[in-house]
Amino acid sequence: MASIELRSVGKRFGSHEVVRRVDLLVEDREFVAFVGPSGSGKSTLLRMIAGLETVSEGEILIDGQSVARVPPAKRGLAMVFQSYAIYPHMTAAENMSFSLRLAGVPKAERDAKVREVARALEMEALLERKPRALSGGQLQRVALGRAMVRQPKAFLLDEPLSNLDAALQAQMRLELVRLHRELKTTMIYVTHDQTEAMTMADRIVVLNEGRVEQAGTPLELYNRPASLFVAGFIGAPKMNFLPAQGAEGRTLGVRPEHVRIGEGGELAGEIVALERLGARTYVHARLTDGTRLVAEAAGDTGVREGDRLAFRILPEGRHWFDGSGRRVT
Amino acid sequence: MRTKWALAAAGWMAAGAMFFPLLWMFLTSFKTEITAVATPPALIFKPTLDNYAAVLERADYAQFAANSVVVALGSTLLALAVAIPAAYSMAFFPTRRTRGVLLWMLSTKMLPAVGVLVPIFLLWRRFGLLDTRIGLVLINSASVLPIVVWMLFSYFREVPREILEACRMDGATPREELFHVLLPLSKPGITATALLSIILCWNEAFWSLNLTTVRAATLTVFTASFSSPEGLFWAKLSAASTLATAPILIFGWISQRQFARGLSFGAVK
Ligand SMILES: Nc1ncnc2c1ncn2[C@@H]1O[C@H](COP(=O)(O)OP(=O)(O)OP(=O)(O)O)[C@@H](O)[C@H]1O
Ligand SMILES: [Mg+2]
Repeated sequence: MASIELRSVGKRFGSHEVVRRVDLLVEDREFVAFVGPSGSGKSTLLRMIAGLETVSEGEILIDGQSVARVPPAKRGLAMVFQSYAIYPHMTAAENMSFSLRLAGVPKAERDAKVREVARALEMEALLERKPRALSGGQLQRVALGRAMVRQPKAFLLDEPLSNLDAALQAQMRLELVRLHRELKTTMIYVTHDQTEAMTMADRIVVLNEGRVEQAGTPLELYNRPASLFVAGFIGAPKMNFLPAQGAEGRTLGVRPEHVRIGEGGELAGEIVALERLGARTYVHARLTDGTRLVAEAAGDTGVREGDRLAFRILPEGRHWFDGSGRRVT
Repeated sequence: MRTKWALAAAGWMAAGAMFFPLLWMFLTSFKTEITAVATPPALIFKPTLDNYAAVLERADYAQFAANSVVVALGSTLLALAVAIPAAYSMAFFPTRRTRGVLLWMLSTKMLPAVGVLVPIFLLWRRFGLLDTRIGLVLINSASVLPIVVWMLFSYFREVPREILEACRMDGATPREELFHVLLPLSKPGITATALLSIILCWNEAFWSLNLTTVRAATLTVFTASFSSPEGLFWAKLSAASTLATAPILIFGWISQRQFARGLSFGAVK
């Protein structure tokens, strides 16, 4: 259990500024996701919190205490790496109990703890295996188990699901959410997949080139994106961006579900592709000025490729952005 | 298919070229001094053990051998004790100058040893290290150190950084990190390095010839003492050489699997 606070934290590798003035408070027991494109500084930020990377500017506080001089081993945090980083020469059980062994916990107690965590992760059968004999999903469990055994103040997870196949990813997402609820521990979760962040996190921090673009609940980000970048990053399929008529330099953003087809709309376009998902259909159109537009329609919509149609944008679905990409309220 | 044959043939030829002198030495050691220098060389001869008898009578083989063993193992252990922390810090906490330091260390091997003979000799004499095993261990470990550091550095670099970071997150001190994770993971590499160092120290002649006389003299000194400016000595020299190289050959042969494993030691999964 811990709150983690970042006070204008910055990181520089040589002259390359990778993280810039990040201010953030992660509350106790909160599940926060860092999302952003590749190279936006997510891992670097997480590694600074872990203590694996020095902080160039600002400071990090855990439970109100500055950890500038606290080595990773003493921060009481657990990390799950993208590559799992399982010790190859130890069995799953040895991997999981390693931290307890270092802390001098007696063997019987260690074994009991490992067994308890293994039960929670449904991996008791794997305990005696060497990493060589485990699949990616199983290694993932060992990595999670190793983090849980220590009962850390907070979990730091760096793209823990990115090496798993889609079905396993979906299952592990639910499992992580369940674990978070049961463990009642702070979690910081790094991902470049906005769906993961949307489905799991209490709060999402969107990073772009080392800066926080916006931090908020998934629905806040979805309904009121603070910038063009966030608007384009959160939500799938992506928000449509249309050059605004009249107001020079402004952009109008509209999500596919806020576009209606063929109801005397103000926009006209030709359908270039249809994406039928059964329950709904995404209609891809090219407007007369060449802009692309995606609209969500019912699953059984009768439109066909090549149709020329009118599109209407619902008033409540309009997001305005100024020339610098900021939201205009 | 044809290239495969050619490669195999080339391999055999290279191996033969390297093995032939050893075989010849071995054969010569069983000849009499007269047959040993015969031209054309005698291929069929009546083997004799006289050379071995003469060699063992003239010098205390066991003492030289014991010195060799102690010096080779001692130098290797000392070199490893210094090189492991050095390579660890260079592999995992590199600075801008790490590459330069490594290259510089290796470049010291290009300096001919004679260049520092006089200062080393004077220092060793001053500290009473002449003709001592300790003295030889010190100079030998210093001389293999660059190679040992370099090899360990490359093996350590193969260990994924995240594994050591995970270890740090698990609460390990640098020492625990080294002993519980890094060393066990690079065991094949460390073994290969140690084997190479033992072999290099065993075969080292320059410093043993110059810094020892009797008490700490190794088998290379033993061998050299059988060459003389006049008279026939080929057969006896061969017998002495065979006695000096046999232990390390047998050692190399026994450990070749570990050695090959260490040299081809790839990424740790
Ligand atoms: N040790 C380092 N030395 C120099 N530059 C680095 C180092 N580590 C990271 N960087 C740079 O910092 C930037 C941010 O890297 P970081 O790994 O934090 O990105 P990320 O958001 O985690 O990306 P990804 O989604 O690809 O993992 C990148 O431009 C990267 O090249
Ligand atoms: Mg990353």
